[in-house]
Amino acid sequence: MSARIATQGRLIDRSRPITFTFNGRRLHGLAGDTLASALLANDQVMLGRSYKFHRPRGLIASGPEEPNALVGLGEGPRFEPNQRATTTELFDGLVATSQNHWPSLDLDIGAVNAALARFFPAGFYYKTFMWPRDFWKKVYEPVIRRAAGLGAAPKEPDPDSYEHFHAFTDVLVIGGGVAGLQAAKVAAQAGAKVLLIEQSPHWGGRTPVDGGTVDGEPVETFVEKTVAELALMENVTLRTRCMGAGVYDHGYVLGYERLTDHAPLAGGPRHRLWRIRARRIVTATGAIERPLPFAGNDVPGVMLASAMRDYVVNWGVAPGQRVIVVTNNDDAYRTAITLKRAGLDVLRILDVRNAGGGALMEEAYALGIRIDCGRAIARVSGGKRVAKVAICAHEGEGGALEEVACDAVAMSGGWSPAVHLWSHCGGKLIWDETQAHFRPDTARPPTGADGEGFVIPAGAASGELSLDGVLSDADATGKYAAKAVGCKLKRTKVPTCAGPEEAPMRPVWLMPERARVALRNKAFLDYQNDVKVSDIQLAAREGYESVEHTKRYTTLGMATDQGKLSNINGLATLADALGSPVPEVGTTTFRPPWTPISMGAIAGEARGEIFQPLRRTPMHGWHEANGAHWEPVGQWRRPYAYPRPGESLHDAVMREVKNTRQSLGLLDASTLGKMIVKGPDAGRFLDMLYTNMMSSLKPGKCRYGLMCSENGFLIDDGVVARLDDETFLCHTTTGGAERIHAHMEEWLQCEWWDWQVHVANVTEQFAQIAVVGPKARALLEKLGGMDVSREALPFMEWRAGELADFPVRVFRISFSGELSYEIAVPASQGLALWELLMNEGAEFGIAPYGTEALHVMRAEKGFIMIGDETDGTVIPQDLGLGWAISKKKDDYLGKRAQQRPHMTDPNRWKLVGLETLDGSVLPDGAYAVAEGVNENGQRKVQGRVTSTYFSPTLGRGIAMGLVLHGPDRMGEVLEFPGTDGRSIKARIVSPVFYDKDGERQNV
Amino acid sequence: MSEPITALRGAAFDGLARVEECPPQGMITLRGDLAARPFARAVGTAAGVKLPGPNEARVEIDAAGATGLCWMSPDELLLLCPHHEAAAMEADLSRALSGQHALVVNVSDARAMFRLSGRAARDVLAKLAPVDLAPSAFRPGMFRRTRLAQVAAAFWMEEDESFRILCFRSVAQYVFDLVKTAAHPASSVAFHAAPDRP
Repeated sequence: MSARIATQGRLIDRSRPITFTFNGRRLHGLAGDTLASALLANDQVMLGRSYKFHRPRGLIASGPEEPNALVGLGEGPRFEPNQRATTTELFDGLVATSQNHWPSLDLDIGAVNAALARFFPAGFYYKTFMWPRDFWKKVYEPVIRRAAGLGAAPKEPDPDSYEHFHAFTDVLVIGGGVAGLQAAKVAAQAGAKVLLIEQSPHWGGRTPVDGGTVDGEPVETFVEKTVAELALMENVTLRTRCMGAGVYDHGYVLGYERLTDHAPLAGGPRHRLWRIRARRIVTATGAIERPLPFAGNDVPGVMLASAMRDYVVNWGVAPGQRVIVVTNNDDAYRTAITLKRAGLDVLRILDVRNAGGGALMEEAYALGIRIDCGRAIARVSGGKRVAKVAICAHEGEGGALEEVACDAVAMSGGWSPAVHLWSHCGGKLIWDETQAHFRPDTARPPTGADGEGFVIPAGAASGELSLDGVLSDADATGKYAAKAVGCKLKRTKVPTCAGPEEAPMRPVWLMPERARVALRNKAFLDYQNDVKVSDIQLAAREGYESVEHTKRYTTLGMATDQGKLSNINGLATLADALGSPVPEVGTTTFRPPWTPISMGAIAGEARGEIFQPLRRTPMHGWHEANGAHWEPVGQWRRPYAYPRPGESLHDAVMREVKNTRQSLGLLDASTLGKMIVKGPDAGRFLDMLYTNMMSSLKPGKCRYGLMCSENGFLIDDGVVARLDDETFLCHTTTGGAERIHAHMEEWLQCEWWDWQVHVANVTEQFAQIAVVGPKARALLEKLGGMDVSREALPFMEWRAGELADFPVRVFRISFSGELSYEIAVPASQGLALWELLMNEGAEFGIAPYGTEALHVMRAEKGFIMIGDETDGTVIPQDLGLGWAISKKKDDYLGKRAQQRPHMTDPNRWKLVGLETLDGSVLPDGAYAVAEGVNENGQRKVQGRVTSTYFSPTLGRGIAMGLVLHGPDRMGEVLEFPGTDGRSIKARIVSPVFYDKDGERQNV
Repeated sequence: MSEPITALRGAAFDGLARVEECPPQGMITLRGDLAARPFARAVGTAAGVKLPGPNEARVEIDAAGATGLCWMSPDELLLLCPHHEAAAMEADLSRALSGQHALVVNVSDARAMFRLSGRAARDVLAKLAPVDLAPSAFRPGMFRRTRLAQVAAAFWMEEDESFRILCFRSVAQYVFDLVKTAAHPASSVAFHAAPDRP
C-alpha cells in the first residue's frame, strides 16, 4: 500500500492538515502536498481509466509530464477537466473527480474495450469505419463523438478574472532549478536585467531530492543562498508558479502565472498571462525521465524512479512498501537508496547492464539491497495495482526466471532533456549516443533579427546530467547571455560540485530486448492514448516511415501531455522497426504551449463590459435614457428605433418614418466618418479616390461620391464638402471611417508619397445631428443665428456659422429625400444642442428616429447602402450609378478593373426596385428563381433581394435587388421562394419609389 | 456655445493606482515638415516650447490643463492648449502656416484624457500596453502612441511619474473600465514597483 511515512517530506507542513474530496470521499492531506502526493498518502493508487482501453491507471510521474493522473477539479462554474494531480497544489476544500469511467472508477463498463484490445490496433479508426459507407453519418460518427474527448467541459460561465502583463527584460531564465538559478545569478551579476520564472511553487528543481554538494555544502543550502542573493538584486525579478508556455519569434515568450489556483479565496486575478519580450532566453527546463517499455508498465504502482523518490523526499509518502527497481542507468539507484533509508523494502534492483553501475551501486549494495544485473521485467501483474513482477533476462524473449510479489515498481529508462522551449521557434536537436537522447544543438539555435541565437539551453535541458556538468554549463550560459545583451562580465568563480561517478547507461527501447508479441502488446509507450510498442511496429510494417505520419496514424504523443514521456521511446521503437538510426527518424514537432494554459488567461481582461470596445456618441446616454433599442454598427451602438411604452419595435419604426416625412425627425449621425483632406494636391488625390470629379467642386458646395477598390468594387460612399481651396471634408460610412482613413494613408504613403496632401480623421471631433422633415427649416430658424433659407443655403451646399450660439457647420444634404440639415457641432456640445433641438422642436412635433427608419426612408428613395446593395463583388455600374462615374478623368482607382471583360459583361445582375404583388415584404436575401436546374441539381436563379422593408409611406412592401438584365425588364414579375415553402411574386420597377423628381429635399 | 462636457464628466477610480478623467483639454493636430524651419518657428512660438523629438512630450501642466507639444509621427505633432483657446489657436496657427504645406485641425473634442497616478501606475499600464515601462526605459517627458488592450491610445509621463493617457472620445468608457480593472486592488504585479508594505 501507499502511505504517509513518519520521516522526510521537505515540502509539507505536518502541523497543517487539509481536507479535500476525491470522487466524493473526504480525505486528508497536509499543507505543501500536491493533489497527487495527498492521494498517494491516502492509498489512492488508481486515479483514472485510460482513454481507449479504460485500463486502470495511477501516477507515473510527479510533475507536468504526468500522463495518467488527470482529474476534474472544482464544481459548477469553476469545474475544469483534465487537470494534472501532480501540478495541483492541495488546498482546504479542494474537490476532485476521476475521469473516463462509467458508472464508477472501480467498476467501469468501458473496460470491456481492454478485453477487445486486439480489435483496436493502430489506425483502428481508418480501418474500421470505412464501410459500409452509409454507416458513417448515422452510426459511427455519433458513437465516436460520444466516446471522443477526455473529461467534460464546464457548462457555466467562468466566474474568475484574468489578466495580461507586458514585461521586457534583457535575459529571461525559464526554470528555477539549480541551472536556472546559477544562470540568472551570473547574468544579473554582470548587470543584465533578469526575469526568472519557475512553474512550480519551489526553487531548486529536483536537485534537492537528488542530492550532491556545491562548494562543500548540501545543494539545498546552495539553492537557499542563491535565491536569497537574487531576491536582493534590483535588476532581478523572481516568479514562482509562472510557467514558460511558449517561445515565439523576436524573443517573445508567453509566461503563465497561476496566482490563486492554490488559494482560491485569495481574490484577484486567477491567472496572469505574461507577454514577455526578452533579448535572450535561457531555457533551464531540466530533463524528463523515460519509462521502460515492458508488459504491464501501466499497472497502477509502476512509477518513474525519480517520481518515486520525489514522493518520499518531498512529501513523505511511500508509493509502496515492497518495491522493485528496474533501470538501465545509475540514477534509479538513488531511488533504491532513498526508499531503503526511509525504511521501505527494496526487494530487487534489476539492472539491464550486465556489469551494473558505478558508485551508487556500491552504496546500494552496502545498504544490503539485492542487485540483479542483466535482468529485466518480463511482466507486471495486478489489476488495479501492482501485485507481482515476473523477472527475466534482459537479453531474451521474456521467459520468466522468477516471480516476486511486490506492491510498487520504480523504473528508469534514462533521461531526455526538456527541449520543448528550445524547439518552439526552430532550435535544432542532435542525437547523443552516450545518453541516448536528443539534446539542443547549440550550433543551430533559433535566430533573432540580429542573426544570433536568442534561445540558450542550460543544465539538464542542454543534456548535462551530472550536478557538476549542470552548474558549470549554467554558469557559462548565464555569462554568454549577459555578454550577448551587452554586459561586461565580472570574474566569478564557477561553483564546484561533488556527486558520485556514474557508469554509462544502456539504451532500452523494449524490455526484454526480444520480447514476445504477447508482451509487446502490453508494453505501453503513450499512456494517455494507449499506444503500445506493438502499434508502432504494426505501423512500420504497414509502410509508415515518417515519424509525423506515424504519430497521427497511431496517435502517439497526441494526447493532452503531448507525448512528454512517450516521444523518445516511440520514435526509437519506430527507428528499430524500420532498421534506421534514431536521428534519421527524428522527432515530431514541439509546439507551444509546454503544458495546456487556461482559455481565461488567453482572453485576459476581455470579458463582461470590456469584452470589446463599445463606441458611444456624445448623445449615447440620451438615447439610452429615452428607450433606444440598439443596433451594433461596427463597434458603435446606434439607436435602431425608440419604441414607446407598449409600442412594438416595428410600430416604432413606422411611426418614426411617418413623423419624419410629415413633420420633423432628429437623427444622431455622429458615427459617420469625417476625413479632412488638405493640400495643394488634395483635389487631384480625391479625383483618384472617387469615381467622380471632386477637384471641380466649389468651396461651400457638397457632392456625393463613390469609392472603389483597385479591383473596381464599390467600397464606400458619402458626401464630400469643399471647405476651402485646399481643404475637403470627406464623409464616409459609419463602418468605413477607419478603413477609408487607412486606405487614404496607404495610397499617400506608399504610392503617391510625393503628392502634397495631409489627411486627418476628425470623425469624433464632431457630434452630427440630422434635422429632417418639412419643418426642419422652421426649427433652425427658431433657434436663430445663421441664415438657413433656401437662397442662403441651397440643397447640396454647406455653411459655417452659429445656431443658438453653438458653433456649427450645416450641410444641406439628405439621405431621406426630405428637407434635411446635417449639423456638425463640437462633440463636447453635442448633447446640449441635441437637447435644445428636442425642446425647441416640440411645437413642430419633433421625434428622434433610428437607423431602421433611416433605412426605410433611403430605400423609398432608392438610395443604396454600402453593405446591403454592395458585398465586395458589386461595382457602381451594377447599381445604376454610372452618372457618378466621371468620363472626363484619365484615371481613378478601379477604372482599369472596371474595363475587364467580366466587369463589362451585360449579364451582370443590375439594381432594380421590386414591388410585391400582394403588398407583403420580401424575405431579405431571397433569390429570384429561373427556369431549369444547374449541374448540381439546384434551381437556377436570376436575381436576389439586397434591401427589403415595409414602407409606411406607400403602405406596402418595397425592396431593391440585383436582377439579370433587370433595368431592361421593367414590369416583369419574378418569383422568390421563401424558406417557409411559400413563394412571393414581385414586379420589377424603378428603385426610386417615392418623390422621383426629388422635390421634397430641394425646397 | 454651451459649456463643454467631457465623455465621462470627470469619472475617477482609486485602486492600485488612481485614474481620473481630466477636464476638457485643447488639442490641435499639426501635420507638416517638422524639419522645416518656418514650420518649427511658427509652431514653437505658438506652443511656447521647442519642437519635441521622436517619442517625446514637451508639456507643462497647470490649473488650466496641459500646454505644449507631443510627437505623434515623423510628420505629425499634437499641440496642447487650454480648451477654450483651441479654436483661436487653430485659426492663428493656420494663418501663421499659410503658404506652407501644413495641416492644422482642432481635435479637442475628438479625444478623452485621463491621469493615472500612484506607485503602481507603471504596472497598471503595463497590463494594457505592449510598452517597456521600466523606469530606465520610460521616463518623464517620454510619449508613446500605442494601444490599450483593443483600442488605439497614447500616453506620456509627467515629471511626478504619473501618466496622461489619450484615447478617442467614443471609447472613453472602455478605457476607463480597462484601467479600473487593471488597477483592481487585489491584482498587484509588483514588477516595476515593490508592493506596498503594511
